[in-house]
Amino acid sequence: MNATAASAGPTRTSQPRVGLFVTCLVDIIRPSVGFAAVKLLEDAGCKVIVPSQTCCGQPAYNSGDRATAKALARQAIEAFEDCDYVVVPSGSCGGMLIKHYPDLFAGEPDLAERAERFARKSHELVSFLVDVLGVRKVAARYEGTVAYHDSCAGLRELGVKAQPRQLLAGVEGLTLVELDEAETCCGFGGLFATKYGELSNAIVSKKAGDIRAARADTVLAGDLGCLLNMAGKLGRDGSAVKARHVAEILAGMADGPAIGESKEPRQ
Amino acid sequence: MNEAGTSAHFKENVHEALTDARLQGALGFSRNFVGRRAAAVARLPEFEALRDSARAIKDHTLAHLDLYLEAYERKVRESGGEVHYAQDAEEAREIVIGLCKAMGAKSVTKGKSMIAEEIGLNHALEAAGIEPVETDLGEYIIQLRGETPSHIIAPAIHLTAKDVEQEFRRAHRDLPADRSLAEPEQLLSEARQVLRAKFLAADVGVTGANFLIAETGTSIIVTNEGNGDLTQILPQAHIVIASIEKVVPTLEDAAQLMRVLARSATGQDASVYTTLSTGPRRPGDPDGPRAYHVVILDNGRSAMLGGEFEDMLRCIRCGACMNHCPVYQAVGGHAYGWVYPGPMGAVLTPSLIGVAEGGQLPNASTFCGRCEQVCPVRIPLPNMMRHWREREFERRLSPAPLRYGLGFWAFFASRPALYRLATDVTARAMRLAGRNKGRFSWLPFAGGWTRYRDLAAPEGATFQSQWRAKSGAVR
Repeated sequence: MNATAASAGPTRTSQPRVGLFVTCLVDIIRPSVGFAAVKLLEDAGCKVIVPSQTCCGQPAYNSGDRATAKALARQAIEAFEDCDYVVVPSGSCGGMLIKHYPDLFAGEPDLAERAERFARKSHELVSFLVDVLGVRKVAARYEGTVAYHDSCAGLRELGVKAQPRQLLAGVEGLTLVELDEAETCCGFGGLFATKYGELSNAIVSKKAGDIRAARADTVLAGDLGCLLNMAGKLGRDGSAVKARHVAEILAGMADGPAIGESKEPRQ
Repeated sequence: MNEAGTSAHFKENVHEALTDARLQGALGFSRNFVGRRAAAVARLPEFEALRDSARAIKDHTLAHLDLYLEAYERKVRESGGEVHYAQDAEEAREIVIGLCKAMGAKSVTKGKSMIAEEIGLNHALEAAGIEPVETDLGEYIIQLRGETPSHIIAPAIHLTAKDVEQEFRRAHRDLPADRSLAEPEQLLSEARQVLRAKFLAADVGVTGANFLIAETGTSIIVTNEGNGDLTQILPQAHIVIASIEKVVPTLEDAAQLMRVLARSATGQDASVYTTLSTGPRRPGDPDGPRAYHVVILDNGRSAMLGGEFEDMLRCIRCGACMNHCPVYQAVGGHAYGWVYPGPMGAVLTPSLIGVAEGGQLPNASTFCGRCEQVCPVRIPLPNMMRHWREREFERRLSPAPLRYGLGFWAFFASRPALYRLATDVTARAMRLAGRNKGRFSWLPFAGGWTRYRDLAAPEGATFQSQWRAKSGAVR
């Protein structure tokens, strides 16, 4: 662990209560991203709480099952009622909470108002650190050349682009390179990746080629879905490029295995 | 030709496209449009404001579409032309064929028109014994090959110069076999030479329209080759075919829309030719057609007015959405199986041929949102694709495994305590199963994923379970 508290943060009396919406993928597959998020938030002076939670409902919403999406949205809104902020280590789930929850309840004034309020206090993790808490630098160290992949929803729905680059620029030992066609989708798309596996594979193959061409040893992103997709393709192709959530690097918690690696490093 | 497409077989089409090495080699070209558009937008500081005004012009027109269509019709009549309304593709074909037959036409030159593709005009003309001649270079090439356009503004974008050379050698047998066609200019010059004779021989010229102007009764086409001018000026009759949403109130409105059209499409500040036509030749005019007809097609569009797909009628057919689409870039336009490919096609196709036929298309999107980001009239394309998925789900047209899978998952996701237990047990079990490699190269029920990619194994206990254990220890 190399990270230490880098910004003074608010005083104890004004310590914001931040509810961590950990996302179902992080919860189940890569809890270490959740702990990295907790560390970043606590280092920045937040009181982190984790209300009992499941999924934001995006898979149902994007599959046309509006009723289930609404039920899960209401559940999430209620679970985080007493938080000053809701922070989520994903642009995609963030887009769901911030952009799509209010849409889901359009035409139902009371619920729409609650969804709007919930949306206003919800933020994607890295943009929350930079834009809301004013964090300018994290004291982390990572030896390597990394490429940051802009996940589509974070980039286009939430405007997450400069913030992760700004914080990565301050990580000691880290060299940031840009991917060709950086704003092109990796082909994940949630259930799309399995419903249209062959098509998704064609898109991620191109992305994996761009990652290799950038000569990065690690690819980062702010969304575990995209990372599972890129890591899965790079791994299947026998590439040595590692994939990690950007929070792991920023929190100085990149000592464990990268995504899809075993505890013992591959020989 | 396109009445019945293969949209319902999208997945098979995708497989075919991805395993077609020739096609994959040709497809890179549409990516060039991405950089060109970005450069054109960067040169015009007011571009975003122009998008807002373009959207407002189209929204205003759609809100008063009946009035503007009537005004347009009146002006066309006043200038000596005739307006025909066609409810569907069949009516539109009958009107055009009827007009051609009445004039004793043997040969019809055509400017590029997606409406002609939508109504399958070429096949209908051939069946009536009339020769259709495509005069846009891309359209001419695919007509020789018996293909449909794979892009709404670059119909032959799925072909390379080499493919075109082969086609020309096969089709133009009266030209010397030893001629050189190695350079694109040579291909262009040969097409020009062959088409020149066809232009002069044509009895009727058919063009589409980018805009119909209500205040003047004018139709406007934008082209880069000038073929549209020869198509509409030389023959004795000019037939314009256009769909109802092409009308805009004024010339000024069209000028505004053109400022975003070419930049969004090819990254040009303006198309090379902008051609206006208003009625037939007037006394004293040096040239122009003796007869002027406009066929206005509905084909399901009026049913979109006032509904959740109305925004789609703002589309000005620039093609930016497909140029920027990862799915289109991977498979090209033919895989979409009907007339309109890419994101705009994924929304429009189910509206025009039904969700049972076209429902695959709005499902085949990652919702990356880039189409909406570049759309010059700000059509919320991903949202509208989601609306189609909702219609499918309501009508139980979604595949059964998806519906049951979602139901199973929703059962747990709406019961947090049970969900935490079930996910924790599953994650721990999967960690044990996958710990040798830290990832799976095969998993049941996830074949669509693991056939092509590994799936990372869970780290162990879930985050929520670990967090609770920690907090419990502290508190």
